[in-house]
Amino acid sequence: MTWALLIEQILNGVQLGVMLFLTAAGLTLVFGVMGLINLAHGSLYMTGAFVCAWVAGSTGSFWLGLGAGALAAAAAGAVVEVAVLRRLYDRDHLDQVLATFALILVFSEGARWIFGPQPLWLDTPEALSGAVSLPGGAAYPVYRLAIIGAGIGAALLLWALISRTRLGMRIRAGESDREMIGALGVDIRTLYTAVFALGAGLAGFAGAMVGALQSVQVGMGEPVLILAFVVIVIGGIGSVKGAFVGALLVGVTDTMGRVLLPMAFAGLLPPSEASGVGAALASMLIYVLMAGVLVWRPQGLFPANG
Amino acid sequence: MAERRELLASLLLLVALAGVALWADAAGEPYYVNLASRVAILGLAGVGLNLALGFGGMVSFGHAAFFGLGGYACGIIAWHAGNYEPVLTWPFEVEGTDRMPPIWGVAALVCGAAAAAIGALSLRTSGVYFIMITLAFAQMIYWFAISWPAYGGEDGLSIYVRNGFPGLDSYDPLSFFAIAFGALLVALAVSGRLLGARFGAALTMARLNPVRLATAGIDPFPVRLTGFVISAVITGWAGAIYADLNGFVSPSMLSWHQSGELIVFVILGGVGRLAGPVAGAAAYVALETFVGGATERWPLILGLALLGVVLFARGGIMGALAGKARHD
Amino acid sequence: MTEPALASAPALAVEGLRKAFGGLTATDDVSLDLRAGEIHALIGPNGAGKSTLIGQIAGWIAPDTGRVRLGGRDVTALGVAERARLGLGRSFQVSSLAAPLSARRNVMLAAQARAGSSFRFWGQVRRDRDLVAAADAALARVGLAGREGLPTAELSHGERRLVEVACALALGPKALLLDEPMAGLGAEGSAALADLLETLKTEAPILLVEHDMDAVFRLADRVTVLVAGRVIASGPVAEIRADAEVRRAYLGED
Repeated sequence: MTWALLIEQILNGVQLGVMLFLTAAGLTLVFGVMGLINLAHGSLYMTGAFVCAWVAGSTGSFWLGLGAGALAAAAAGAVVEVAVLRRLYDRDHLDQVLATFALILVFSEGARWIFGPQPLWLDTPEALSGAVSLPGGAAYPVYRLAIIGAGIGAALLLWALISRTRLGMRIRAGESDREMIGALGVDIRTLYTAVFALGAGLAGFAGAMVGALQSVQVGMGEPVLILAFVVIVIGGIGSVKGAFVGALLVGVTDTMGRVLLPMAFAGLLPPSEASGVGAALASMLIYVLMAGVLVWRPQGLFPANG
Repeated sequence: MAERRELLASLLLLVALAGVALWADAAGEPYYVNLASRVAILGLAGVGLNLALGFGGMVSFGHAAFFGLGGYACGIIAWHAGNYEPVLTWPFEVEGTDRMPPIWGVAALVCGAAAAAIGALSLRTSGVYFIMITLAFAQMIYWFAISWPAYGGEDGLSIYVRNGFPGLDSYDPLSFFAIAFGALLVALAVSGRLLGARFGAALTMARLNPVRLATAGIDPFPVRLTGFVISAVITGWAGAIYADLNGFVSPSMLSWHQSGELIVFVILGGVGRLAGPVAGAAAYVALETFVGGATERWPLILGLALLGVVLFARGGIMGALAGKARHD
Repeated sequence: MTEPALASAPALAVEGLRKAFGGLTATDDVSLDLRAGEIHALIGPNGAGKSTLIGQIAGWIAPDTGRVRLGGRDVTALGVAERARLGLGRSFQVSSLAAPLSARRNVMLAAQARAGSSFRFWGQVRRDRDLVAAADAALARVGLAGREGLPTAELSHGERRLVEVACALALGPKALLLDEPMAGLGAEGSAALADLLETLKTEAPILLVEHDMDAVFRLADRVTVLVAGRVIASGPVAEIRADAEVRRAYLGED
């Protein structure tokens, strides 16, 4: 394997990682603050992608689409929180699972109804359409580098928001003691809606950016949702830092496994079998990673509360 | 009193299901006989999940793994029998078979082993972790089935000749229903029996209050793990029969969506009611057939209906039929 | 009752238990023992480390250093359930029963572990005469005859505490660990429970955590005082009552 390929794959892994972080951050915040498991988080990711593709398609501006996608996902999140999820905070996880599973069905069918059964396509913006050359000679798309940059930027903003602002202080208070923030006179309902909308907006932002790399279609959210769960289990529930580390770990492991494992088996097996066996094992790699973390540290790498 | 009412409602439900199959067969409507078989099989899968979820308090979002593994066990063994290739050549040779009972045995073994491994890891945690981890492991098996090319990969595996059952013509829809319905009755009887036994008392307490269970001198972990394995075996059994009903097995049987549907059967029917999943599966299949036949927006209607059930009608169908659950 | 060799060892012994959470030392080199036939009261102001100590004795919390012995046997490495099977009966400060189940079902579960394996899948417990009889006998001892079939959710607060004690009894305990059994019982209930504890202690000695000082001084044979994770005094009741340091700890802080 050449250096160029290695660097390219690491960058691909990091790019997948930051996307996963943007999705997982909202999930883990919502769980940490409200104690809610939200299966429909992937639907908000999908909402961001659809709205972005649609707005960009009708206005011709990717940037308008990107903003509209993130805002639409945040708005959809706020509506869902107020209309449905608010009633589920005191219920057990089973009710939350079923209700948010129902929301997935509603979102998916709703998207199919509004945007039609065909996938939408989203072009990368012209300003980011080129490639840069990497050391070693390979070219790497600027757009993917921009995603990495945007993801890291969003992570920094989120970190600043949580550690430096009043909203962040309330979020942290909510994580450690729900009754206390009620006693502090914080309007808990508004706080919850805001946290939910924030998480939804991040997922929508991620979905909108990824929309230019793959087709935008119903069902695109769930594989990301499940990867985000793996990220959270690895990082520790409720920990944004854990989500960041976990996301990069999962992104790089998954990407590298898909390249390296078939190559490794090529030395052992006939080529036709090697690619199959390698690909099958590579698809299991991150789950093996998760199992390893569970054995080593059942509460994840960065347990949020002790 | 409440218990007798639940028993009565459960018996009525089973009689009605058998009645539909008999009526449809007499009326020359094999489609509806097969629909009844589907309800029986999905109900069976739900009865398995209910043991973990409803009675043991283990919210598994990964039971499709066992449903699909059971299905693949059936498909793969039948494929080997059909192609006259042994399933194993090492360490000893194992031929395929086209009989259901040995296939079910293999499905049970495979699912039991998978559940023991997945359970041993996921039961180290609880609550929301458990939900996410069971979902993730099921997804791992799903991706493996998709990317492993030997048995059809993404396209799935056809079972060209339905497997046989001693003494019955498995191609006859009513006979096949009898097989599925018989399996359902066995699973209901076994579940009911073990829930009333010492093991059931321990499993129930593991859900209600694990601290009390440990204080009473019973370690919750092996109790939960055993419950999880039995639950997976029953769901895997259903998967093996389902593969024969459809003549086909594909990764979609392993998907997260399938896991969600199994949970829907359990909750729609009434959590912790022995026959609840059968009621849930019946309602689901009936809605899917009649509403799904009328409008292609059926998932939207299902989603809204489920939201309504969770938010406003807790207790499910059995709750409505048999009143509030009560323990003696 | 017990074998001579074991009779000489205390029913329960705690040796040099130390547990720190981060920088906070919750129990600091705590030693005490529980001898046949006695009620040994453990008292101390809130935050003294009583809960952490109880947690370490019952097996929920692993100590950093030190040992726990049951009837002379080192159980430090054993889990909660194993210690219970070896005869450590326990009631909780906050009632910890399965609310939808009847009092009888709650107690039967404790009798179940004593009567052998829980991995029996066929015989129905409700028809298991031995288990039912054991549960009813334990409930009758705590004065709940006639209330066996009620869901514990429908019992009064005091009755639920008594069901907890019955659960501990059904284990066939060699030592009892009762965490504030009198709390919320009212005068009459407290008196009845005190009478019960007086007779129970001859079967299994009792480590009693209690806030009600009158009850402690009336019931206990010995008292250990825990302040800030350390034992500041331990001895017969009269000695503790007169101890200056104890008075300071209580008058100063509580």
